[in-house]
Amino acid sequence: MIVECRNLSFGYAQSLVLEEVDFTIHRGESLCVIGPNGGGKSTLVKLILGLIEPVQGSLKILGQSPRKAQRDMGYVPQAMRFDAQFPISALDIVLMGRLDRLVVGAFSRKCREAALAALDEVGMADLAHRPFSDLSGGERQRVMIARALACEPGILLLDEPTANIDLSVEAQLIETLVKLRHKMTIIMVTHDLDLVSSIGDSVLCVNHRVHRHSLPISGETIKEIYSSRRRIEHDRRSRHIEGDHSACDHD
Amino acid sequence: MTDFFEALQTVPLIRYALIAGIVSSLTFGVVGSLVVTRRIAYIAAAIAHSILGGIGASVYYSRVYDMPWLTPMVGAIIAGLLSAAIIGWVSLKFGEREDTIIGAIWAFGMAAGLLFIHYAPGKAVNLESFIFGNILLTSRSDVIATLVLGAIVLLLVVLFYHKLVAVCFDEEFARLRGVSSSAYYLLLLAITAMSVVLMVRVAGIILSLALIVLPAATASRFSRKLWVIMLIAVGITMLCNTGGLAFSYELDVPTGPFIVLLAVAIYTASFFVRRQRTRG
Repeated sequence: MIVECRNLSFGYAQSLVLEEVDFTIHRGESLCVIGPNGGGKSTLVKLILGLIEPVQGSLKILGQSPRKAQRDMGYVPQAMRFDAQFPISALDIVLMGRLDRLVVGAFSRKCREAALAALDEVGMADLAHRPFSDLSGGERQRVMIARALACEPGILLLDEPTANIDLSVEAQLIETLVKLRHKMTIIMVTHDLDLVSSIGDSVLCVNHRVHRHSLPISGETIKEIYSSRRRIEHDRRSRHIEGDHSACDHD
Repeated sequence: MTDFFEALQTVPLIRYALIAGIVSSLTFGVVGSLVVTRRIAYIAAAIAHSILGGIGASVYYSRVYDMPWLTPMVGAIIAGLLSAAIIGWVSLKFGEREDTIIGAIWAFGMAAGLLFIHYAPGKAVNLESFIFGNILLTSRSDVIATLVLGAIVLLLVVLFYHKLVAVCFDEEFARLRGVSSSAYYLLLLAITAMSVVLMVRVAGIILSLALIVLPAATASRFSRKLWVIMLIAVGITMLCNTGGLAFSYELDVPTGPFIVLLAVAIYTASFFVRRQRTRG
C-alpha cells in the first residue's frame, strides 16, 4: 500500500475543507485528482506531502507518517508560481532535488550526475546550463519534473502539470509522464482530460468530500468523467457544493 | 589624485577607510545579490534603520554604566541581529501582513536610538556620522571588526550557498528535502544585518542601503547566473567605495553621499548600456 487515507478531515478555523476522506493507492498505480477550484485538491496534496497535518483521521504514506515519507516523494509544483527572473540554471534547479544529501559546500559529482540523468529523462539534457528565464513554459515544467526525479522518488506528485502550456508542448509532456508511469506511483492534480486518459488508472474527484472512480480506462468512461467534469466546472454552484457528488456519479 | 595616494601612505585613517571599504565590498556584493534576488530590500531597509537603536543604546549604557567594550559597532551588531530575528519571525508568522509590523520595528529602532543618544551623558554624539556615515571616523578596531565580520559572513554564504539559494527560489520544496527553510531565511536576514553594520562607518545606516541594492541590481542586468551577479556586484561596490573615497578626498566633500551617487550613476548608466546592446 503506497497511500492509505482513513476518515481524514482537514480545515481552517471553523470550516472543514476536506471531510471523511477515504481512499488507498497501491504500488505502481496512477491516480488523477480532479475537482472544482477551491474543492480541496491542493489541500489534499499538501496533506500527502506532510506540509500540513490532518485535523482528524489517519494518513499513511508507505506505512509511515507523511512527514517521515517526504524523502520518498518527488513534488512538482505549478511552474507559474516561480519568479521567472530568478538567476538560476536548469541544472541548479534540478540539483535542489538532492538537497537532502548535501551538508555544506558544493554538490558531489554523484549528485550532479544524478541531476543530469534526471534532465536527460525529461529530454532536457541539452538545456542543462540555460538560465531559467530563457526557458519556455513547457521547458520550465519539465525542469520541475526533473527536479522531482532527482529525488529518486517512489511517488511522484504533480500539481496541474499542463496548466498554462500550449498543446504541442503538452503532447511531449504526456509522453514523458507515460514513460515514468511504469517506474513509479503517480499522483496528479489536473484539469486536463488528455492527461487523465493517458496517465490515470483511476480518478479521485475531490470536492469537500472525496469520490473514487476506479476504472479501466475506456472511451465511454472518459466521456462520462469528461461530462461530469464539465458539470463540475460549469454547474458547481448548484450541483457540486457541500460535497454533493451526484454530478460525477457515473454508475 | 596624487594627494589621495600621498594621504594613503601618510594618513592611517585614509588607509583604514580604504581597507574597510574594500572588505565590505566583498560582503555587500555577495549579500546584496541575495537580497535583490529574494526581493527583500525593504526588510534590509528596516534592519538598517533599526540599527540606530543599538548604536544609541550602546552609547548610553557604555557611558552610564562604564562599559567601554560596548562600542557603537557592538551595539549595532546586537541590534541588527535582534531586529533580523524579530522581522524574520514576523514575516514567517504573519506573511502578508508583515509590512505594517516591519514598518513599526523600523520606526521603533530609530526613535529608541534618538532618545538614548539624547539622554546619554558626556559630550554630544555626532548623530550625523551614524546616519550618513563618516569614513574618517574609522578606527583601527573598526577595521579589525570589519575584517572579522566580513570573513564570518562570506564563510556562511560559501558553506550554505546552495541551501540559501534553494530557500530563496522555492521555500516549500527546500523544506520537503529536509532543509529548515525558516532557519535559512533567518540566516539570510542575519547576514544582511551584519553586512549593513559593516557599512555604517562608510556610508551610514541610511545610505548603506543604496550600496546593498544598487550594485546587485546593476549586476543582475548583465548576467543570469547568481554567482556572476555576485562577482560583478562586488566589483561595482569596490569601484564605488574606492572611487568615492578618492574623489571625495580630492574634492573635500562628504564621502558617504559621494559613494552612493556613484552607485546611482552606474545603475542609471546600465540602462543605456543594455538598451544599446539589444538594439545592436
